[in-house]
Amino acid sequence: MIGARRLFFMFLSPLGERLGEGVRRPLTLPLPLAGERSLKALCCVLLLLFTLPALAVEPSEILPDPALETRAREIGRALRCVVCQNQSIDDSSAEVARDMRRAVRERLTAGDSDGDVFAYMVARYGDYVLLKPPFKAGTLILWLGAPFLLLVAGAALLLAARRRRHTPIAAPKPLDEEERRRLDALLKG
Amino acid sequence: MIPELGHFSLILALAVALVQGTLPLVGASRGDLRLMALGRTAALTQAFLVLLAFGALTQAYVTSDFSVLNVVDNSHSAKPLLYKISGVWGNHEGSMLLWALILALFGAAVAVFGNNLPDTLRSRVLAIQALIGVGFLAFLLFTSNPFQRVFPAPPDGNGLNPLLQDPGLAFHPPLLYLGYVGFSVTYAFAVAALLEGRVDAAWARWVRPWALAAWCFLTLGIALGSWWAYYILGWGGFWFWDPVENASLMPWLAGTALLHSAIVVEKRDALKSWTVLLALLAFSLSLLGTFLVRSGVLTSVHAFAQDPARGMFILAFLLFVTGGGLALYAWRAPQLQGGGLFQPVSREGALILNNLLLCTLAATVLLGTLYPLFLDLLTGNKVSVGPPFFNATFVPLCAPLFAALCVGPFLGWKRAELWPALMRLRVALVVSLAAIVVAMTMIDSRSTLAALAFGFGVWLIVGSLASLTDRVRSGTLRTLPRSTLGMVIAHASLGVVVLGSVATSSWNTELMHTMKPGDRIDFAGYSVQLERMDEVRGPNYIAERATLAVSVGGKPYTVLQPERRLFTVQRRQVAETAIQTNGLRDFYATLGEGNPQQGWVIRLYLNPLAPWIWLGAALCALGGFVSLSDRRLRIGAPSRKPALQPAE
Repeated sequence: MIGARRLFFMFLSPLGERLGEGVRRPLTLPLPLAGERSLKALCCVLLLLFTLPALAVEPSEILPDPALETRAREIGRALRCVVCQNQSIDDSSAEVARDMRRAVRERLTAGDSDGDVFAYMVARYGDYVLLKPPFKAGTLILWLGAPFLLLVAGAALLLAARRRRHTPIAAPKPLDEEERRRLDALLKG
Repeated sequence: MIPELGHFSLILALAVALVQGTLPLVGASRGDLRLMALGRTAALTQAFLVLLAFGALTQAYVTSDFSVLNVVDNSHSAKPLLYKISGVWGNHEGSMLLWALILALFGAAVAVFGNNLPDTLRSRVLAIQALIGVGFLAFLLFTSNPFQRVFPAPPDGNGLNPLLQDPGLAFHPPLLYLGYVGFSVTYAFAVAALLEGRVDAAWARWVRPWALAAWCFLTLGIALGSWWAYYILGWGGFWFWDPVENASLMPWLAGTALLHSAIVVEKRDALKSWTVLLALLAFSLSLLGTFLVRSGVLTSVHAFAQDPARGMFILAFLLFVTGGGLALYAWRAPQLQGGGLFQPVSREGALILNNLLLCTLAATVLLGTLYPLFLDLLTGNKVSVGPPFFNATFVPLCAPLFAALCVGPFLGWKRAELWPALMRLRVALVVSLAAIVVAMTMIDSRSTLAALAFGFGVWLIVGSLASLTDRVRSGTLRTLPRSTLGMVIAHASLGVVVLGSVATSSWNTELMHTMKPGDRIDFAGYSVQLERMDEVRGPNYIAERATLAVSVGGKPYTVLQPERRLFTVQRRQVAETAIQTNGLRDFYATLGEGNPQQGWVIRLYLNPLAPWIWLGAALCALGGFVSLSDRRLRIGAPSRKPALQPAE
């Protein structure tokens, strides 16, 4: 279901096809085949090829320990499926995502802490795998840009308000010709 | 023949738009009434021509005219009629044509409903609107012609992407575009005001209904898309912080800020240049969203090169519209004199805080969406920005916004006291604190943040309704202005959305199980039995359908029938979830892969308060529409000069 989310707002079929690519499983065609059997097999293969599995985490992957499984799910939601478009390994049905989910569960079963698992994944795939980018020099603007903007704008507004408090309120703008005419008309009734 | 007529009327529309975009501007600056009057006629003609073109393309889709390339690529004779029609905008060319159509219709609406506008302002607004139209019509004609023929015509088409064959999604793009494009009117008003060098209460009163209408449609469009994602994607999520979603959220945030700052201009003659800037930004962000989505920049930098003509065109247009607007702003805005003075603690102050926070939110989304692109372009480093980032940055910023939201309406204009306002909100404060305690003790003791967010949801609802208590007590509720009623509805509905999203994302229950027909499992107090698996035939798909009988305490409760559909033309499978709702929670079931030997994977979810997300969003838009029907806006703003008597 990789293209799905994207198609959500996008509606762009040429891209939609490209986005679907991540889903299709790597396939080895069972060749050589002969006769009617081969045709049937080919049909099955074709069906598989174009299947968009709706499932991400599958029942067979679930850890028997619910506490450990909950941790695995939480970690899974924060890790990016590296071949997908902005999808976590928990949401993705790509082969790579499945392998990564298994790896997470293996590490957890082996007794790793959550931090260890993230470190393990970053060591393999780089910072790219983290859906929440680490706070470092390269992501300074990303993390602090908006709060900085808020602070600067807030400070400027407060300063302006303080300055304004010290200046006497200016007399209201005098009425222009037309407004005076309308006022007169109104007052005369 | 008909496609050629469509193509031809599109070319004519471009010519008319060119006239409409230039002559009335000249007329406005020279005071030539004849040239100014041209704007109105041209706007109506342009709308008629684009409507003709759109009709021609729709005709090609409905009759499955496979000599038109666009129809071949996106339609199929076996498709149900609804999806043949929605297929018109379910592709790049068609959706751009829809964009141009809505743009032209908005222009015509200004021409028809703009009687109370001064001649110069109206002709300038129509001209700017037409210049935007020129951009889109030229884009269509030169890079994305929907009427391209193909010879020889193939016997049948390739069909529409199955994911788009859904009633919810059929109406999602028109609504979203009504929102995006609606902000073109406020943009045109802002540019016209800068050209005139005059922004006053009357201007704000003319702009506000357009901004409000655009905002309502955008709200509905986003909600519809989110609802679609919820029931079609099959894992119960409703918002994914995907760049294409963010592209629609940014104009929404800027538009919301604009709605609020326009009130200050209207009532107090202050914040003028800021409001004009917001009007420019709201439409620029709409265009940016279009650019990001259409050009494929977001998918990967390489997709941009795949169709450089289109990407470059929209980029150039975006730079022209945004850059041109901002340049004009930098030149003219200093002439806009701010009027009313006020203290920091006042209605104006609260609305400024609202604008400050909403703009920071929009900036957060913008940074999160574009930063990975820029980092990749500049340094080659790849970084992912996903939901955890936005949960850590966007969501905390909502807290002060929500906290202040209920207080603002209790503050008077110019100068106010905080303490009396808070005293009038004491009931709301107590109720929301109680809600936090209840959430902590009875629902989930682990997630303090979820409980806190839940409390904010209750605060928004009770705090917004609290502003009605005086009216209820004095029995004057019926004389409440509709704009105030709309505000209360919209503010309270935000609380409904918050409650729904917090509850469904924090306190849902999930079960995944492999089942064979006859198997039974217990799930959160329900007993679920897979009764049978059927093969079903739809108009253009074959489906596997599971029948799940749900019972409580031995009594049958409901039957859920999730499906997996295989669309035969595209050979793609799509899951069709089954949802039973009682208004307070969704019972949600999906069918996964499987076979008779090993069984099928069934996923079950209980999503508490999930329907409230879309109920809240619909109420929010309703609040906007109620406000739009306010007497003040219907009657029209006071004119700047005495009405001219029509010549005998």
